[in-house]
Amino acid sequence: MTEEIIIAGFGGQGVLSMGKILAYSGVMEDKEVLWMPSYGPEQRGGTANVTVIVSDERISSPIISKFDTAIVLNQQSLDKFESSVKPGGLLIYDPNGITHEPTRKDINIYKIPATEKAQEMGISKVFNMVVLGGFLKLKPIVGSEFIHKGLEKSLPERHHNLIPQNEQAIELGKGLIEPVQVL
Amino acid sequence: MAKELKLMKGNEAIARAMIASGTDGYFGYPITPQSEVMETLMAEKPWETTGMVVLQAESELASINMVYGGAATGKKVATSSSSPGISLMCEGLTYLAGAEIPCVVMNAMRGGPGLGTIQPAQSDYFQSTKGGGHGDYQLYVMAPASVQEMYDFVFDAWDIAFKYRNPVLILTDGAIGQCMEKCYTRDYVPRWTDEERKEKAPWGTWGKPANRERNIITSLELESSRQEVFNQKLQKKYAQMKEEDVRYEMLNCEDADYVFVAYGTSSRICMKSMQIAREKGLKVGLLRPITLYPFPTKQVAELAKRVKGMLCVEMSAGQMVEDVKLASNCQIPIEHYGRFGGIIPTPEEVLEAMEQKIIK
Amino acid sequence: MANDIVKPENLVYTKTKVLTDNVMHYCPGCGHGTAHRIIAEVIDEMGIQDKTVGVSPVGCSVLAYNYFDVDFQEAAHGRAPAVATAIKRLNPDTFVFTYQGDGDLAAIGTAETIHAANRGENIVMVFINNGIYGMTGGQMAPTTLVGMKSATTPYGRRVDLNGYPLRITELLATLPGSYYVTRQSVHTPANVRKAKAAIRKAFEVQRDKKGLAFVEIVSSCNSGWKMTPVQANKWMEENMFPNYPLGDIKVDGKIAEGIDANRLVVSAPLTVKQ
Repeated sequence: MTEEIIIAGFGGQGVLSMGKILAYSGVMEDKEVLWMPSYGPEQRGGTANVTVIVSDERISSPIISKFDTAIVLNQQSLDKFESSVKPGGLLIYDPNGITHEPTRKDINIYKIPATEKAQEMGISKVFNMVVLGGFLKLKPIVGSEFIHKGLEKSLPERHHNLIPQNEQAIELGKGLIEPVQVL
Repeated sequence: MAKELKLMKGNEAIARAMIASGTDGYFGYPITPQSEVMETLMAEKPWETTGMVVLQAESELASINMVYGGAATGKKVATSSSSPGISLMCEGLTYLAGAEIPCVVMNAMRGGPGLGTIQPAQSDYFQSTKGGGHGDYQLYVMAPASVQEMYDFVFDAWDIAFKYRNPVLILTDGAIGQCMEKCYTRDYVPRWTDEERKEKAPWGTWGKPANRERNIITSLELESSRQEVFNQKLQKKYAQMKEEDVRYEMLNCEDADYVFVAYGTSSRICMKSMQIAREKGLKVGLLRPITLYPFPTKQVAELAKRVKGMLCVEMSAGQMVEDVKLASNCQIPIEHYGRFGGIIPTPEEVLEAMEQKIIK
Repeated sequence: MANDIVKPENLVYTKTKVLTDNVMHYCPGCGHGTAHRIIAEVIDEMGIQDKTVGVSPVGCSVLAYNYFDVDFQEAAHGRAPAVATAIKRLNPDTFVFTYQGDGDLAAIGTAETIHAANRGENIVMVFINNGIYGMTGGQMAPTTLVGMKSATTPYGRRVDLNGYPLRITELLATLPGSYYVTRQSVHTPANVRKAKAAIRKAFEVQRDKKGLAFVEIVSSCNSGWKMTPVQANKWMEENMFPNYPLGDIKVDGKIAEGIDANRLVVSAPLTVKQ
């Protein structure tokens, strides 16, 4: 199993930390992982993206142009990465602020109204975990007990009291994701 | 501190390995993309645990000369920087090599020339392996290709630095510095006691006891006949490195018709290109030099006798390819493929280059 | 016979053991030899020979390590304060001193000098100011006076061409990290005694971990100035001392008595006597 993922959105949406929690969960399950962010002035506001690879084998290139899954959280990222999904791959997007829907016919497309739901429930801080839950529903590449360990390792100890809230958000996301186009 | 499995950035791995390997001091100056090295050290406060000294200097000139001063007392002293900062340090590096001072320096390469870009590159190969500073000197140059190697090579670097009384350069780039991978940390190696230092660095300048001659650390020798003898001694040391401490990795080379030669980030990309090639039925292998100096010359020469061609892939305009050509005596087609200025090639374009330039 | 009186009981002076027997390469009339001697005597008298590490510069005193019987490092040009910083921080029980000329300390190494001082490094810096690059053949230094001739100011230093001379010692005195800052000379026996007392005080400041101790020694360079040693000393008194006044500038972390703000802010260029 090798899963190559790009997660992209606005700075501040928790893109990098979502990737880190997923990667750390992979480490806890003794998988090979890679987390490769865009960095530099790009990360000071504007867009942020991170490549996450989780695999049973030694990971080769940290830089890849085609992904099994793209998780996009704004229009810019959708425009940029829709074409980077491998044929037959998966595209997940949050419809909040999306004016042009994805158009590809050769990939699976799901949407998750995480922004709206998180605002409604007053849990905007764990919005990214809602999205992660949606992804894990479709591709359970790491077991939920390892997600728990990944959260423990990723979050500083003073924030460990927030782990249940994060896990609830993941569960919420699993129920929230809905198909747009399934091959 | 016990062994642990952690997810961490390459830069963080360097910092944690410095603490864990019993490093006595770190002197640095912030520069992207490796500032996390000093940030991690400052956050970890090793002066409260292992007693390691960490200081932010006023420039790279100052930090490399602090390395000189501290390391010349026989202690394990390190610094890190990125390309423009390493250019400033080149004066210090030639003095360190000329005064035979062991130390560890990390360069997270970024695209140049000049201020260039902060994105990853491999365009400092010449600077690292063929000088940088003036005079006939060599650094021992190691090129990690993963976060785990970033961590492990710091430990290895100390062994090599003190074995040869020579600076060791860990040559990496922004991609490996910035990416996170899993990393097995090690049990802490305690910092040397004064007794251990006396034994391992009897040449050090920490104050002359009554029972020994004074120690002098200098690279100055105005008498040319003696300076020539000193240069011969350095050359002998470099020859010994070539005999005893060349490191490399070969993947799928046993049956290969064609071979990629690449180090660091490029080697990771080539691994993927190789996998795609094998799926297509092409017998492609990878030779990854781990030490860039001493270069795996013999291994390239031997491969050149049994493969049909080699593609040297670098994030530069073609630097290591010269050593590959020299090593192979140009007996087979050897070509270079590179992207530069901070652009990292994709595995697909690298394979395409192999098909067009070598396989044809 | 003169040899009859060479007996231990008649001994009035002997060379300190902290100086080696190597013959110094300095020109006759130069102040380096005397400056070396008084530093070595202070190290001897304080009983710290086994704890002292010296750092020599690039310049005439590049070979200073040949003359001191203590551990020594030769630094790259201007970098001695950075080198000394690390020696001291990694080996807090040692006594560390740099020995630098004006080109080394106040031109190419200005950044290292100011930052080591401003960090309050517990080191001694000895600064030999002769207003010229001696070793490379008498070129203009940062401390060359306006009107003073050198190999690169053959018609005299001009402000419009070469800028102003730098009084770095006063500048360092204004920094919070410097604890003891003084200017001395070694051209007369009385001045040698004062300079030695200053060096002693500087090493005591280091012993007490109070911060940077900085001793400038205004010296002559009769070769570079193209004078006899006697002429050079006279010229130094008449031209250097009015611009580089002798005495303590900062003592116990405070600006010394009698030093007013005008001394610390140079309003007129330092100029040779008209």
